[in-house]
Amino acid sequence: MSTAAVQQGTKWWSGGKSPFNASYGKVMMWYFLMSDAFTFGAFLISYGTIRFSVNDWADPNQVFNSFPFAGHANLPLAFVSLMTFILIASSVTMVLAVHEGHNMNRKGVEKYMILTIIGGIAFLSCQAWEWTHLLTGEHVALLNDGTLSVLPTTVKTNPWGAAVSHEAVAAALQNTPQTQLAAIAASLHHGTEVHNVAAMSNAELIKFIESADLHASQTGPIAFGGYFFGITGFHGFHVFSGVIINIIMYIKTKLGHFDQRGHYEMIEKAGLYWHFVDLVWVFVFLCFYLI
Amino acid sequence: MSEHASSPEITFHPDHSGGTKQIWKTFWLLSALTIVELILGLLIYNIHKGENPNHTLVLAFKGMVCILTLAKAYYIVSIFMHLGDEVRNLIMTIIVPLCLFIWFIAAFLWDGDSWKNLRNRYNRTEVKIEKVAPAAKEHGAKD
Repeated sequence: MSTAAVQQGTKWWSGGKSPFNASYGKVMMWYFLMSDAFTFGAFLISYGTIRFSVNDWADPNQVFNSFPFAGHANLPLAFVSLMTFILIASSVTMVLAVHEGHNMNRKGVEKYMILTIIGGIAFLSCQAWEWTHLLTGEHVALLNDGTLSVLPTTVKTNPWGAAVSHEAVAAALQNTPQTQLAAIAASLHHGTEVHNVAAMSNAELIKFIESADLHASQTGPIAFGGYFFGITGFHGFHVFSGVIINIIMYIKTKLGHFDQRGHYEMIEKAGLYWHFVDLVWVFVFLCFYLI
Repeated sequence: MSEHASSPEITFHPDHSGGTKQIWKTFWLLSALTIVELILGLLIYNIHKGENPNHTLVLAFKGMVCILTLAKAYYIVSIFMHLGDEVRNLIMTIIVPLCLFIWFIAAFLWDGDSWKNLRNRYNRTEVKIEKVAPAAKEHGAKD
């Protein structure tokens, strides 16, 4: 595009000028981001390899179907699309801050940096909610020893295997010890009726559980939690450090450092990092939630 | 005011005085692509939910979502990160190494698929359980 602005026959490699027409800092930021892209790529490809190597994997629409304050409503993709839009919006405010920087408009840079920081914090809050929801979630799963148990989604447990038939659930309930039955019963009441489950007998608990139309699944591949929390955690860490960098940039703008320097290139470099975080999320969104 | 001396070795500065029209255009484009992706994702969900899901159709939709994601990545890098405004030398040193990903993805996913096929062919624990009852527990514990 703007390469047309370069004079024909410019000798880029003859010395005295940057062959990339960019400052050292900006070129190095690009190479850092490229190496970071390989790190994320390696994680995601490793995840894909393991996913391809097993017969069934957790269905994202089943795992990620809840929304804050929506109770047990089945809303696949809803919360993660909110997170995606938050990140796209904060990317736009970042690029607007860079634009104001080109125009040497300090007030404009400050305004858009604040909006970008708010977007980043909002994204992190969403992720904190989602992690908490998965780590404390209660899903009934059929264990390898033939008993049923309540499992959360962690790096060690994955209750998102194939569905178990009603007959198999009924048979497994007979093998399940009282403590596990009590935990299942406790996970079923939705806050309306509180039973003293610890004091109930096995037969009472089984009757109560069966009346609640229990759905159970087998345990899934254990790698699911490790990959999900590892990769979204690594991305979340990038968002967190991006927010810190943006706060520092905001303070430096406020103190007038860039006006003294005569240019706002630091905002551009911080912007490159922030857009990269958005770029990675596009692929995390694809690999974990969409396909 | 875009003429600023950030670095003496810089030959020219791209023209950034064009206003924010292109930025907002890209924002709406990215939003639209995301919405299309979500629609495809919900279609995949509904196909999975039904009886006898059509796996070819699911695969086709998943492929479409992947292509849309690459389009989003292109717009983020080219417009938001201004890589499209840089000189060709810089663009190439970023893009060419990333082409390694084409082979990484193909090779590793192929490998994963091969593991699955080998496991399904040779690790048939359920057959062994029927034949050698005492060893069943050992085999079962391994998986």
